[in-house]
Amino acid sequence: MAVNYLYPEYEVARNYDRCITCRACEQQCSNQVHEYLEDSGRMTCDDSKCVNCHRCVTLCPTRALKIVKSGNTYKENVNWSGKTIDELYRQASTGGVLLSGMGNPEKYPVYFDKILLNASQVTNPSIDPLREPMETKVFLGRKPSGIVRNEQGRIVNNLPPQVSLSMPVMFSAMSYGSISYNAHESLARAAEELGILYNTGEGGLHDDFYRYGKNTIVQVASGRFGVHPHYLNSGVAIEIKMGQGAKPGIGGHLPGTKIVGDISRTRMIPEGSDAISPAPHHDIYSIEDLRQLVFSLKEATDYKKPVIVKIAAVHNVAAIASGIARSGADIIAIDGFRGGTGAAPTRIRDHVGIPIELALAATDKRLRDEGIRDSVSIVVGGSIRSSADIVKAVALGADCVYIATGALLALGCHLCRSCHSGKCNWGIATQIPELVKRLNPDIGYKRLVNLLTAWKHEIKEMMGGMGINSIESLKGNRLMLRGVGLNENELDILGIKHAGE
Amino acid sequence: MLLEGETRIPSGCAISGIINKSGKRMSGAAIIKSIAVMHDRSNGLGGGFAAYGIYPEYKNYYAMHVFYDSTTAKKECEEFLEKHFDIINLSKIPTRKIKEITDEPLIWRYFVIPLPTKLADSQLDEREFTAKCVFRINTKINGAHVFSSGKNMGVFKAVGFPEDVGHFYKLEEYEGWCFTAHGRYPTNTPGWWGGAHPFALLDYSLVHNGEISSYDANRRAIEMYGYKCTLQTDSEVIAYIIDYLHRKQKLSFKEIASIIAAPFWQTIDRMPPEEKEIHEYLRVMFSAQLITGPFSIIVGYENGLMALNDRLKLRSMVVGERGDTVYISSEEAAIRIIEPNLDKIWAPKGGQPVIVNLNGGNL
Repeated sequence: MAVNYLYPEYEVARNYDRCITCRACEQQCSNQVHEYLEDSGRMTCDDSKCVNCHRCVTLCPTRALKIVKSGNTYKENVNWSGKTIDELYRQASTGGVLLSGMGNPEKYPVYFDKILLNASQVTNPSIDPLREPMETKVFLGRKPSGIVRNEQGRIVNNLPPQVSLSMPVMFSAMSYGSISYNAHESLARAAEELGILYNTGEGGLHDDFYRYGKNTIVQVASGRFGVHPHYLNSGVAIEIKMGQGAKPGIGGHLPGTKIVGDISRTRMIPEGSDAISPAPHHDIYSIEDLRQLVFSLKEATDYKKPVIVKIAAVHNVAAIASGIARSGADIIAIDGFRGGTGAAPTRIRDHVGIPIELALAATDKRLRDEGIRDSVSIVVGGSIRSSADIVKAVALGADCVYIATGALLALGCHLCRSCHSGKCNWGIATQIPELVKRLNPDIGYKRLVNLLTAWKHEIKEMMGGMGINSIESLKGNRLMLRGVGLNENELDILGIKHAGE
Repeated sequence: MLLEGETRIPSGCAISGIINKSGKRMSGAAIIKSIAVMHDRSNGLGGGFAAYGIYPEYKNYYAMHVFYDSTTAKKECEEFLEKHFDIINLSKIPTRKIKEITDEPLIWRYFVIPLPTKLADSQLDEREFTAKCVFRINTKINGAHVFSSGKNMGVFKAVGFPEDVGHFYKLEEYEGWCFTAHGRYPTNTPGWWGGAHPFALLDYSLVHNGEISSYDANRRAIEMYGYKCTLQTDSEVIAYIIDYLHRKQKLSFKEIASIIAAPFWQTIDRMPPEEKEIHEYLRVMFSAQLITGPFSIIVGYENGLMALNDRLKLRSMVVGERGDTVYISSEEAAIRIIEPNLDKIWAPKGGQPVIVNLNGGNL
């Protein structure tokens, strides 16, 4: 091995008293960390290849394995952390841009964790969701400014197209290509059973999944991969992806090695060619261009589907959202800087964008101040980790949330952040057939259903505690929130009071 | 300590209402007697009445009832009124000195009509113009608070027990075809008269018992339509919602009830298709006007009233009838004390509105 100055960040710790040399770890690891030594009849391993995905740990029948943080350390330096030094060495040896998978792991504030919820005491009864109806159904879409009656005085249904969800959660965009067929199937089936939506991402829609159309959002992104009239009309909503929280300002790149078979056909590009999504849409250089695309898509679908415009949470998010609300979009999706990705330049992922909590609060307020909050629904993602995050997001003003990392975790992802390698041991972010088949969609979809069923129960319990029995009465209900350990400016932006006030 | 309007104060309450369907006028004595029975549901920190049909001689003019903290505020407010309205009559509202009611502000009444030129310039209809002027005074003129602004109706309220408030305002000397009353049990001591109920805008008045859990969702939504919630009370926001839905969206009170105390989705799903479509439409279209948490309210308006409970009926409310007169109250005792021989008495279900209009009225 050439000298690369790098010492592995993690070590595989094997308890040889327990190891029965079954070699399961060796078979399971696509990174070839484990090796059987014929001479000694023992297992050995190369820590430097380990991505800490826990596949071997989880499957070891005798629990002989664990992954521990390497004790090796550089001379302590507050300014030059071990991670910084390692990354520098890596770039010095390759000359390349650092790549990462999944969301920003760095030590920035998580505002959801500094917000607390209210509950009823004395003056207002809490409501028990086991005894009383507790409604989590939401509708997304634009609302007209007033009612219209016909000659008989009957109210005319003048609502533009809406999508209806059993709870305020959707699976956010992950393309077929970035994740596997089995992962997509799990998401689609779970969405159908749960009465929510999943999102195709920019990879087109596999022939097998058109049957889940009633639970599908079809995405149109800057590469326009897999977009054709049948595709646009196959879902219940269309999403224009302008940006992504994990990599605001840049496009996407699915390497040619992943463009194989069905993926090539679904994306409508030749096998083995890189799928490069440009940073901007080259037909959208300003807001008036966006309006044209919104209406082109509406024309193509006979004005029967709401159009979502997805943007990354950046500094000017509220003003941008206001422009989008006036562009004919029905729904705005905002993706926070913690949002996940299959691959992003590390520096961009870790240093560009703003927290979703602040972006959401600022956008909701701005749209209300301008009197156009009814023109659009707001969906937020990046990152929603639990039912409590959902309740807080809705109380800050969101109509609905997007989850993706959470959904992948339910499918077995262990957040090793190596999606970009294409060798996902859990069969999620890979196209290698032997790995893909490790994810059984019959089990995967059930786990997603379990997760969201559990969250739904928890949302109902929290709502009931607040004395609220319908989710629409939680939306934007910021008095139900209090901040802890936040400064005045942060509280002001979030539009909430400090605990004790 | 923060005053009402500067902070949100939850409160429990008693409400009562009487309406004569043929428009026969009665004295305010009965409503005082009714609300007095529920003394223990108030704690002396707010009481008040709304009375309809009391100013027949000025029935075409807006009756502005105003609290002033100082003569400076009065001067400033009167200048504003003169600039925007023709003032037909003005006077102090008659009160009697009683030991139970103290620290009263200056309380004045003006009968006004918008100046035609001002009204034309504003491009607003007369009621919207008047409502906008009320908001202007209440938010911009420090120490002035318009607490009643309808035609041929008036609100009388103060800090104190409701029966004392009635005596203070000599309510028994007024005659109207509909009265509502409110006794307040706030969990704090703001001691501000504007914070008492009823809450009124134009001819809409509202008495309310409960603490709504949807408050901030409702407030932030209604403020988008030009309303300003200066008091931070439930009644204020409910009154604005009703004004918005009735006056601006031109919805009927029955439709309004299906918005603010909407049927559950499971109920809507069982409705016949046409009815289902309307209810689904109203819930989606006006989702931010759904009110959750406990409430019983009586809404007074131009030619009638509506009583309504939250959809789970988390607050008590009973309705009695005798001939042309309908009685509504938090407790049956408060009805029996003024009319022991009722034709019928019942407790409306949660979310089921009781709408009583003057005969010939159709709203």
